[in-house]
Amino acid sequence: MTISNFTRRAVVGLIAAAGIAAPAAAEVDFSGKTVEWVIPFSETGGSAKWANFFAPLLSEALPGQPTVVVKFMPGAGSTKGANWFQEQSHDDGTLLFGTSGSTQFPYLLSDPRVRYEYNDWIPVMASGTGGVAYLNVEDGAKFDGSANALKDTNFIYGSQGATRLDLVPLLAWQMLGMNVEPVFGIKGRGDGRLMFERGEANIDYQTSSGYLGGSAPLVESGQAVPMMTWGALDADGNIVRDPTFPDIPTFKEVCEATDGCETTGEAWDAWKAFFVAGFPVQKLAFLPGDTPQEVVDAYTAAFQAVTERGDFADISSKRVGKYAVFVGDGSKAALQTATNVDDNAKAYVLNWLKEAYGVELN
Amino acid sequence: MEVFATAVPALSDAWGLILQPIVLGYLVLGVVMGLAVGVFPGLGGIAGLSLLLPFMFGMDPILGLALMIGMVAVVPTSDTFASVLMGIPGSSASQATVLDGFPMAKKGEAARALSAAFASSLFGGLVGATFLTMFILVARPIVLAFGLPEMLMITILGLSMVAILAGRIPLKGVAAAGLGLMVGTIGEADAGGSLRMATYDIPYLTDGLKLVIVGLGIFAVPEIVSLLRQDRSIAKGASLGAGWLDGVKDWAANIWLSVRCSIIGVVVGVIPGLGGSVVDWIAYGHSVQSTKDKSNFGKGEVRGVIGPESSNNAKEGGGLVPTLLFGIPGSGSMAIFIGAVALLGSGDIEVGPSMLKDNLDITYSIVWLLALANVVGTILCIAASGGIAKLTTIRFTYLAPFLFMLISFAAFQSGQNFEDLLALFGIGLIGIFLRRFDWSRPAFLIGFVLSNPVEKFTNQAFQIASFRFRKSFGEGMEYVFSPIVIVLIVVTVVSVILGIRQAKMIMAEGEVKSGSKRAPLIFLLVIMAYLIVALVNANMIPDYNMTDKIIPLVIGSVSLFCCVILLIQMMRRPEGDAIFADKEIAGEDASAPHGLWSTLAWFASLIAATWVVGFILALIGFLIAFLRIRAGSSWQMTLILTACGIGFMCLMAGALNRDFPPGLLQDMVNLPWPLK
Repeated sequence: MTISNFTRRAVVGLIAAAGIAAPAAAEVDFSGKTVEWVIPFSETGGSAKWANFFAPLLSEALPGQPTVVVKFMPGAGSTKGANWFQEQSHDDGTLLFGTSGSTQFPYLLSDPRVRYEYNDWIPVMASGTGGVAYLNVEDGAKFDGSANALKDTNFIYGSQGATRLDLVPLLAWQMLGMNVEPVFGIKGRGDGRLMFERGEANIDYQTSSGYLGGSAPLVESGQAVPMMTWGALDADGNIVRDPTFPDIPTFKEVCEATDGCETTGEAWDAWKAFFVAGFPVQKLAFLPGDTPQEVVDAYTAAFQAVTERGDFADISSKRVGKYAVFVGDGSKAALQTATNVDDNAKAYVLNWLKEAYGVELN
Repeated sequence: MEVFATAVPALSDAWGLILQPIVLGYLVLGVVMGLAVGVFPGLGGIAGLSLLLPFMFGMDPILGLALMIGMVAVVPTSDTFASVLMGIPGSSASQATVLDGFPMAKKGEAARALSAAFASSLFGGLVGATFLTMFILVARPIVLAFGLPEMLMITILGLSMVAILAGRIPLKGVAAAGLGLMVGTIGEADAGGSLRMATYDIPYLTDGLKLVIVGLGIFAVPEIVSLLRQDRSIAKGASLGAGWLDGVKDWAANIWLSVRCSIIGVVVGVIPGLGGSVVDWIAYGHSVQSTKDKSNFGKGEVRGVIGPESSNNAKEGGGLVPTLLFGIPGSGSMAIFIGAVALLGSGDIEVGPSMLKDNLDITYSIVWLLALANVVGTILCIAASGGIAKLTTIRFTYLAPFLFMLISFAAFQSGQNFEDLLALFGIGLIGIFLRRFDWSRPAFLIGFVLSNPVEKFTNQAFQIASFRFRKSFGEGMEYVFSPIVIVLIVVTVVSVILGIRQAKMIMAEGEVKSGSKRAPLIFLLVIMAYLIVALVNANMIPDYNMTDKIIPLVIGSVSLFCCVILLIQMMRRPEGDAIFADKEIAGEDASAPHGLWSTLAWFASLIAATWVVGFILALIGFLIAFLRIRAGSSWQMTLILTACGIGFMCLMAGALNRDFPPGLLQDMVNLPWPLK
């Protein structure tokens, strides 16, 4: 999936409105200034890692080479920081805000704490990731590309909460007719993997980088069996095999092979909507809504320059995973796909959360 | 034994990497920066590491590691200054140190307490590193043997230390711990997301209270207020008795205690998910149990300093195991460390299983850099301790405004909300009254710290156990009663029995006289009212979210039951009974020249002014007013001290890239930093 391909499928009107990113905006100069990149999470999370990776690169690429510092404003599962950013207006272009799937999901699910509106903000960069689900050896032996033989097994899964990114795997397993019991209250996917390694959980999923770092070695040593990836989006918005894991089938393939699992209909649409919001477009960087066009262009050009570095593919894959990065119009299109979930899909998920886990968000 | 064959060359490679002048230079630089940052209680490691992150990108791995480890390693060492000298627990690693360290400072033995603590830290760090060098090779299966039932048992072992620290009336100690547990459940439940004693209209409460704030509120605020009321120096009579050499001798005389507590530190530190929260309490409990004459604990017993301090640096080493081998951070600073390692060099080093296979030399470098940083940091700290201990001879009225400044800033950094300051004040009030009526503050804090682990591990272990029992009864029993669990149960039971027998001799609050019934009774009724409200609140959570309500219901009921018995005892016993302990009846507080409320009003005024004009402007006004009116110093002195305080604050916050609490003024007018 390339940036230009992704751009083509963008909403036409938005492209027109956005104008064309100038390669360098001469009148914008950040010399001697400090750009604050606010992350609504703590210093310790994945978003911190993401922003800390881009910050020095962005500093080099912005006109005037300002210092770019990452600031942390954790609270209320990132809604506190996002609510704060909603109140900010353009000052001198030195404020950048980063969001993650954990900011998108409460927005999509109409969490009562959400007082922010994505469409008010100007996206300048977006990046995504993939995810891989895997099984323990005993149950993995029963997996034949379909989940048919897994329907009678009881699974335990260490989960961060049904309304978080875990919504995507939990809903996928449910659609496959698998009986997965989530153990809630773990703090990160690393803890989930540890629970799997201790044999307390027998199914797990990791994002791409987490899988490569911690779970792939388990697969190599015969302690785990990969089941499926969530897939990746092609230029037309279809789910295709994740380029990072071309040998592992996607959930879509497994679903098609499994009796009773449909890749059309409201359940599928709902799953896909939340998958897109949580994975291919997981993290976004925003400027305040009233930022003048030349400042937006300067940031777009800077992020463009970052992704065009000769060594970008190399340094980014090692540090933040093999993420696709979208800039400028690409990020606008990405935002649209990530934050527009149709009402039926939303209603389906809200109802499922209530029925399966007793979660009510109001 | 194949692993050991690869270990020896890796170890010598590691030493080859470390013993280069430039690497040692970066290490020392990191240590010095860590010590400078460590002045701020409750901030240290995380703030310092975030500051270093931008420089890590593409840096030579060994240099970057030296710099970062130098900084992280000294935090549990340098925060001892705040614990011993001011009674401010700098981090969860130094809470138990406060119990005996601060009373020693009050006796004029600050230098002795500090150097004993530093010697123990150093030794603990070295024992930890030696142990790890061997252990890390075989650690993986052992770490994996610690499942949820095992972690739950260790948490309960930590909680059982309440038995030792309960004070003269054990029921009060249990109730205090129960109250701490209940306060710890405030906010959104981890499991089902239900709200406990919180509402979405006050987003601050949904995240729960932060340990930094509770630690500062329970320990630091009451001590600061009490000393300020007495208007004296921390060291009684403003004289320093025993010097730093005595502390080192104390440590040498108790070297076996130090060894045992170091091992406790490494072993508990190795278990992911528990981190440092229980280590120092278990070490403190062990120190008490292994001491013949227990009468001095809580009043300045040097063994009460040596135990926890030996364990907390060793714990940092143990914490490397889950961090490096599983990529699971044991603490906030370790989480940043993992992120930073990925930025180093060409990004080839990735924490996880490969640290043993491909990067064993790097792993050993990290272990021994940590040990070396401990040595450098400790030597610098011991060298400084004699001088810094003189702070305890200054009239406290000159220190207090700056301590209010520091703790307010530290509290604000935990969540960057104005509410952080309110919470600090509120918890401070609870701390003041717990202290006044001789309810065990350590018990409250242990309860608070362990609230989340108790709830989480109970729920998760229960869920998985019932899953196993459904498979077969045998499998369930095997899961719940593993050999490790059985050993831990025995240890816990023994420690509770010993603890109850010994508790009466250990008075964390010192001697407290008893007086009339009224005040202690009112305090008890207030606690009962809170417990009842919390119980009703928890009971309103729908039953399908049983995981979110069961722990508050059980703990709340037990605490309430204790309170009811206390209430009955209070009604039946005569005035003057130990149950009516009240520091305002006799002793230092009662004879203090200044009242409680007028002293507290100063702190309240700083917070109120911050709400209006923001922190720095409020602080300028507060410092001038306090120094002029309360301390009665000359204008010249006042202005110089105020300028120093503000300058220091701005310098540190500026260097660490931190903001100050804004007020209403900042909402209306755009002011430049630091006023914004």
